[in-house]
Amino acid sequence: MITSVAWRNIWRNPLRSGIIIAAITIGMFAGVFSATFLKGWMNQRLEVGVETETSHIQIHHPKYLENFDINQFIPNGVELSKRIASQHTINGVSPRITIQSMIASAETGTGVKIMGIVPEKEKSVTNLSQFISEGDYFEGVSRNPIVIGKKLAEKLKIKLRSKVVITLQDSQGNITGGAFRVCGIFDTTNSMFEETNVFVRFSDLARLSQMPDGAVHEVIVHLNDQQFLEKTTNNLQTKYDQLEVLNWKELTPELGYLNEIGNLYTYIFVIIILLALGFGIINTMLMVVMERVKEIGMLMAIGMGKIRIFLMLMLETTLLTLTGGAIGILLGLGASKALEEHGINLSNYAQGLEDFGYSSIIFPVIEPEMVIVIIILVILTGIIASIYPARKALKYNPAEAIRTE
Amino acid sequence: MTIIEISKLVKTYKDSEIQVHAVNGVDLTIEEGEFTAIVGPSGSGKTTLLNMLGGLDQPTSGHIRIDQTDLGALKASQLIDFRMRNIGFVFQSYNLIPVLTAKENVEFVMQLQGRSKKEREERTMQLLEAVGLKGREDSRPAKLSGGQQQRVAVARALASKPKFVLADEPTANLDSKSTENLLNIMEELNKKEKITFIFSTHDQRVVNKAHRVITLEDGQIISDIQKNPHHD
Repeated sequence: MITSVAWRNIWRNPLRSGIIIAAITIGMFAGVFSATFLKGWMNQRLEVGVETETSHIQIHHPKYLENFDINQFIPNGVELSKRIASQHTINGVSPRITIQSMIASAETGTGVKIMGIVPEKEKSVTNLSQFISEGDYFEGVSRNPIVIGKKLAEKLKIKLRSKVVITLQDSQGNITGGAFRVCGIFDTTNSMFEETNVFVRFSDLARLSQMPDGAVHEVIVHLNDQQFLEKTTNNLQTKYDQLEVLNWKELTPELGYLNEIGNLYTYIFVIIILLALGFGIINTMLMVVMERVKEIGMLMAIGMGKIRIFLMLMLETTLLTLTGGAIGILLGLGASKALEEHGINLSNYAQGLEDFGYSSIIFPVIEPEMVIVIIILVILTGIIASIYPARKALKYNPAEAIRTE
Repeated sequence: MTIIEISKLVKTYKDSEIQVHAVNGVDLTIEEGEFTAIVGPSGSGKTTLLNMLGGLDQPTSGHIRIDQTDLGALKASQLIDFRMRNIGFVFQSYNLIPVLTAKENVEFVMQLQGRSKKEREERTMQLLEAVGLKGREDSRPAKLSGGQQQRVAVARALASKPKFVLADEPTANLDSKSTENLLNIMEELNKKEKITFIFSTHDQRVVNKAHRVITLEDGQIISDIQKNPHHD
């Protein structure tokens, strides 16, 4: 009956309870919606980072990443990539030659990382081919095709079928160069990636850079599932201990932290909202306790112990908080679900967002674990907010409380 | 059988530097089945005496024994439990729980006692019938008149099968008809079920009905009159 009394007590003053419930509803709606928004935003960045840019695992010569020296290659990299591909946790392996070079158009030039890839194999490790906005992915140009980013095309003031000149230092230390024709332009959500990476055929770059036959700078590995990441990384590192095997978390630590930072921001945001609401709830419950001095005195007199009175007020506060919290959480989840398919269009800020590698259309993601944590935080807020008013109620002397007018 | 024994009871309040003896050396015994009124002018110590008798307030000195239990020897939690099981309260302003129906208000104490649902429902209906509120069990206090609310309060006070009922100015907020009605019900319960009632009152109508009238002045008993003792 204590629960029933606590619940009915909430509705003794519908206006006052309604106001605090509305405040909690709005607060929790904002908290849940921003949590799913942030989660979606971070997930998208993570997906682009892993699926388009780094893939899951990269294997290099141990010194290659120190200064990207063209001669720090894996001598039998092509063969290695074939061997690795047979592992059951791996769904794609692609060898790459990557060289820091200069790219020049008729108008201007800039430094880029040129990647020699096997287009068909590359499709199994990154989804870059899906981001071709103009032209085709290594089709339509028979000799020295090159795929460049939209941002770089704008910078070099070139378009599809334009000719560019790549200048690099070959494996012998000679400055060499070659003319390439743009066969495709990719458009991702990362301006920096678009501006600093270009893709050519593996064979074209191997010839131009005079790399030894079968030598590669990178072996890119894509897994069947993210859950195999640590295990496969360790297995490959153990098996090829003379090489450096790094997964995307080690290659781009900022992406690795993104998820944790996103969750942390969400929790901090929700806790701040709940903290502010908590003071409102305390204030409401203090009013409740002060209005019911006589009733609390009577309850004490007829034999309701301090623990039961404390529990009753705690239940009342928690139910009040949970009512607003539940409505707010459901509204937040509903709004997130409604926007899950079409996303939230922030194209007005697209330029700024893409400069940092973020998409301008955000698709909210509902993570059950986060919702559970938020629900627990709401319940905790109710419990914590009830302590002060309930303690105040327990200090009443029943004889005096009953006589209060 | 003696159910209440009070000896050398003193309650002193300290107001600034002045000590006020609200109850000053009261010795009193109450037998089972008494229908007793404690009267006296305002400030005479009636309510203070009743509060100490109900275990709501602690005496400065002296002893209260209820059915051989010394209230002063009980810990706070034991005292709450003792009150719940042994003492019924009726207050001047009814003090019902406004969100509960008449039936639920009566049941509440029994639920605190951990009685079974069947027992609770049977006793509640029996008590509400005894106080003339059969048919109004589902009404909330706001839908009942003052007299009806006070009758629910009497039923609630009896729900826990207490050793005695303390009624502090129970008729102060009632009109003549309601007062008469309430007093008749309590007198009937006293006669039939030997329930001990102790009133503090200013109301002459209550005094007229009481079988024993104890008059307090300045915290001391100045008279103790047995009018119509029907119990030995």
